[in-house]
Amino acid sequence: MTAIPIRDFLLLAPEIFLAVAGMAMLVAGSYGRDNGGNGHRGCSVCAVAALAMTGGLVFWLQGGREVPEVILSGMFVLDGYAFFWKILLLIAATLTIFLSERFVAEGGYRPGEYYALILFATTGMLLMVSGFNLLSIWISLELMALSSYILAGYFKHQLKSTEAALKYFVLGALSSGILLYGVSLLYGATGTLELAGLSDALSLAVAAGDGQVLVALGWLLLAMGLFFKVAVVPFHVWTPDVYVGAPTPITSFLAIASKAASFAVLVRIFYQGLAFLTPDWQWLTAALATITMIWGNLAALTQKNVKRMLAYSSIAHAGYVLIGVLTATEDGQWAVLFYLAAYTFITAGAFGTVVLLERRAYAGETYEDYAGLARRAPFLAASMMIFLLALTGIPPTGGFVGKIYLFAAAVEAGWVWVAVVGVLTSAISLYYYMGLIVQMYLKDAEDTTPEPLYAPGLLATVGLCAVITVLLGLLPGPLIELAKGSLLPLP
Amino acid sequence: MSIPVSVPIQWYFLLAGALFVIGALGALSRRNGITIFLSIELMLNSVNLLIVAYARVVGERTGDLLTALNGQILVLFVLAVAAAEAAVGLALFIAIFRGRRTIDVNRLNLMRW
Amino acid sequence: MANYIPILVFVLVAIGFLIVSLMAARIFRHGGKGGTNADPYECGNEADSLAHDHRFSIRYYLIAVLFVIFDVETIFLFPWAVMFDRLALFGFIEMMVFLAILVVGYVYVWNRGALDWA
Repeated sequence: MTAIPIRDFLLLAPEIFLAVAGMAMLVAGSYGRDNGGNGHRGCSVCAVAALAMTGGLVFWLQGGREVPEVILSGMFVLDGYAFFWKILLLIAATLTIFLSERFVAEGGYRPGEYYALILFATTGMLLMVSGFNLLSIWISLELMALSSYILAGYFKHQLKSTEAALKYFVLGALSSGILLYGVSLLYGATGTLELAGLSDALSLAVAAGDGQVLVALGWLLLAMGLFFKVAVVPFHVWTPDVYVGAPTPITSFLAIASKAASFAVLVRIFYQGLAFLTPDWQWLTAALATITMIWGNLAALTQKNVKRMLAYSSIAHAGYVLIGVLTATEDGQWAVLFYLAAYTFITAGAFGTVVLLERRAYAGETYEDYAGLARRAPFLAASMMIFLLALTGIPPTGGFVGKIYLFAAAVEAGWVWVAVVGVLTSAISLYYYMGLIVQMYLKDAEDTTPEPLYAPGLLATVGLCAVITVLLGLLPGPLIELAKGSLLPLP
Repeated sequence: MSIPVSVPIQWYFLLAGALFVIGALGALSRRNGITIFLSIELMLNSVNLLIVAYARVVGERTGDLLTALNGQILVLFVLAVAAAEAAVGLALFIAIFRGRRTIDVNRLNLMRW
Repeated sequence: MANYIPILVFVLVAIGFLIVSLMAARIFRHGGKGGTNADPYECGNEADSLAHDHRFSIRYYLIAVLFVIFDVETIFLFPWAVMFDRLALFGFIEMMVFLAILVVGYVYVWNRGALDWA
């Protein structure tokens, strides 16, 4: 029995700290009577402080690694790739907390639970992107997912919120069962759960002859579970309802943090665990990326609710990211990292605008509610226009740069037709994003149109996201260099 | 200690596959929330059955106790996570029931248009 | 690509199974609805009342949920107990950490009043 060195636990201190902070907040927030949402500011400050300290610990203990280090008997790996995602996820969680300000106060529930659950979900994500064993990856994924189910139903007296949570839960549990079934088949075929040895073991199992069906079925089911998490057609059915029904900051959390973490794991499993099957998953991914881009954009065309439109847009964007995944080249990989980083700020900003226009009981979400916004709130309208342009992929925004590099990587790797579909569907997306811009700038407000909320913190967050979106379009260099330094070895 | 006549792994595979498919179909086609929930538990437990069976086979194939142990450890974790999932699911059903007096999922259609 | 043909067969068989079983149910099922068919079965006696009229308190479900969690989490104690000698101090500390996490949950549940019967 070899004991695990204490050093390994010290290296994992950021995640441990975040989990402890979440537990402390949970217990501290449970004292006293139900205080009707008071003290949310204190809680949010504590949560942001915890995330910031975790970020500091990540920099101190896990940053600057040239060579990947495997810790805790192969359960987790610390490399540049995990480091990049951890920083991005911590930023995404912080943005979510900034957006939550008004919601938690108005919700009237205990704020400690809300922030504690966000910290738990973030802990799961941080562990997930470091996971190097199918067991540890699955458990971290579940930690993220279970926290997200509860967060989606946080407004427990609003029927839409609980309905969203239930749909998310049922389909999430189903997908997690499918993923696990795939894991068990791969384990049966290879006898290993570690990503490091999985690919070689797979080639042995296939060469031996009798393991072929197990391997094929196993990786397909595993991939299905992962595709569900990143919301790719045809595994996307939960997305629109959950995104509409969940409290908007949580919708944003699901769209940026949950999606980014799931993509990080998907790429790691495909590139490191399933390297032997590269041509197979490339074709599957190409097919799904094509369907996702087409269906996501077409479905978004018909939406009248902005949150629902953003949900379909988020599905379509998962398709664009898959283009980068399927190339299996260095260019494709850093384009994925860059795109998801830019997408984090764009989407957080877009949902922030929705938060500002929203009223109790989900009013203020339709296209008409945005009419004449340019006159009523010029700053907000301008920010929203930047986000919409970025989502379409129009310069000078981070969305444009990201899309160009994704498509270029696909063309270079020989997947021209996928890139062509990407360009064409981007053109379609122009129509529905423009529809909202037209509402804001060319239509006049009715008397019944809701006034945007005045909340300085939220406005500042939206403005910050807009500035970063434009900066990433004008000066993408530093982030590209960062992404290029955080790559996984190619399959 | 070995059992003289052991059940071939294929049988476990078929049984677990059948249970898994029954669970998946139940989760997708049933209307009562609790039944859906039971179906999901069935899926997870079919996975457990399969992993335990494989752990034994893998252990015999490689002669390495540790690889066999991997599977058994996985089963313990699946059980624990399934319990957590059960708790979250039941709590959500309670919340839904309080709001609507029903857990028939076909009536959960506030957001379809 | 040939590796995936068995999977295609699986999928077809699964769809076929679905169709056959649904059709069989349609053909063979008893036609009549209502009447004694809808009555609850009570060991041959007439039922006093419907099961729906005797709902359990929601408290009951709450306790059940909490029981499920705390009951199943103890599963990790068994392998630890079996290997107690070999895991030695390190295993002991780890298990204490695990139990401390459970206690955190317990304290939270207690504070929130989920254990009050009133």
